[in-house]
Amino acid sequence: MKEMHRRVRETKYREEKIEQIEQEKDEYKETLVRDIGIEENGIEEKKERIFVVPGHVIATSMDLLPGDGTQREGNNIVAIRFGLLDKGSRYIRVIPLSGVYIPKKDDMVVGKILEITTSTWVIDINSVNVGMLGLAEATREFIPRNADLSKYYKHGDLVLAKVLMMKPRFAELTMRDSGRKLDSGLVIEINPNKVPRVIGRLGSMINLIKKETNCNIVIGQNGIIWIRGKNPEEELLARDAIKKVEAFSHIPELTERIKDFLDKNKVKVP
Amino acid sequence: MAYTKRFDGRGFDEIRKMEAKVGVIENATGSAYFAFGDTKAIAAVYGPRTLYPQHRQDPTQGVLRCIYDMLSFSVAERKRPGPSRRSVEISMVTEKALIPTLQLKKFPSSVVDVFIMIMEANAGTRTAGINAASLALAHSGVPMLDLVASVSVGKIGNKLCVDLIKEEEDYSENGEKSATDIPVAMLPRFNKFSLLQLDGKISKEEFNTALKMSRDACHKIYEVQKKALLQTYKEK
Repeated sequence: MKEMHRRVRETKYREEKIEQIEQEKDEYKETLVRDIGIEENGIEEKKERIFVVPGHVIATSMDLLPGDGTQREGNNIVAIRFGLLDKGSRYIRVIPLSGVYIPKKDDMVVGKILEITTSTWVIDINSVNVGMLGLAEATREFIPRNADLSKYYKHGDLVLAKVLMMKPRFAELTMRDSGRKLDSGLVIEINPNKVPRVIGRLGSMINLIKKETNCNIVIGQNGIIWIRGKNPEEELLARDAIKKVEAFSHIPELTERIKDFLDKNKVKVP
Repeated sequence: MAYTKRFDGRGFDEIRKMEAKVGVIENATGSAYFAFGDTKAIAAVYGPRTLYPQHRQDPTQGVLRCIYDMLSFSVAERKRPGPSRRSVEISMVTEKALIPTLQLKKFPSSVVDVFIMIMEANAGTRTAGINAASLALAHSGVPMLDLVASVSVGKIGNKLCVDLIKEEEDYSENGEKSATDIPVAMLPRFNKFSLLQLDGKISKEEFNTALKMSRDACHKIYEVQKKALLQTYKEK
């Protein structure tokens, strides 16, 4: 009898565990879809694309949570930005299609060194405010006292950095674990709101471009893209492909089109 | 002779043919074009970006900075380029007409720059400018509670009219100027005015009727603005 109870408990426990894992997986998928955008085949075709303008009443219910670009006014949820409507089961939000980049914690950004002070690098991150890179966060190397900071990063250098924290007047950056200096390459700028589309679902789009052009590509969430390939032709092809994704970001089955484009214009390596 | 028929044959509460387009300037964060018949305005928004000189920054919220100007070829007699007494005043009232809708709390010590250029002028330039600017602001992604719609109303002779043209503004009876011009801007969702200027003479009752007419006209403009915004990404 005791044995049976134990077994029942165990199976129950196991079932619960499996359910929990499945749920976590779903949640993970959801966050991925949310972070990378509701893009790519399937999802986009099913979902009707609804544009909203500021002042548009998008929901009349207390069950939904107002997300980015929306605001609660009594019983209503009102859009306060112009963009695409994204309605989940629990939340409602507006996906912007234009506008400047607003830094978020943990975003990877590509920036340019503007200024060197005694203890920080001031970095242009193509946003409302500048980014600040402190001595301790700049590199894993030991920086001795009174060192010449321009030895590490000098004016005009391009760096990949992570947003550590948002301060009212600047964004604090770090390069300790995932940042690096970006040497000679091609730098282009795109609309920061199109970055998720250029990356694609789980990186499908950018991996395709990387593979077909043999280029090393770094995309900052702020819309600055660094490309380095073995020869200039391939770099230019990668640039054209990215610009194409930006221009036609709303067309379904874009990955196929880009694949065709890359195949057609493939650079012949001698 | 009393004013019984409008110079361009419109109805007294009829607005000129409107045209609106969003995203006309590639390099701006947001841009729009708005026209009332011959009056054509183009607006560009840059920012939010850090405000310099630093002493003008507001650490509690962002600042709106409007610049209105007429291009030198916009009027029959060449307009001398650069700011004038008139354009500085209109820049200021435009700023005050737009600020109630904007939510600049999220962008402390930064600025949103709005440049409004009048390409062709036939009265009502400030109202066309405000309409274009509100579209451009929406396009630039600045959080806002509502669009701003703007129109001019007035009393010509003894008739109340919507959306005056230059000839009506200069109308005179028996050698005496008898035109009243009331530019109005409003937030249509709240039915609240954010700009109200008056040049001329008008009685209290007529003034109230004029405001009612302007409100109806603003709602019509609001529809045109919404349509223009929704069309932005559809035609490509």
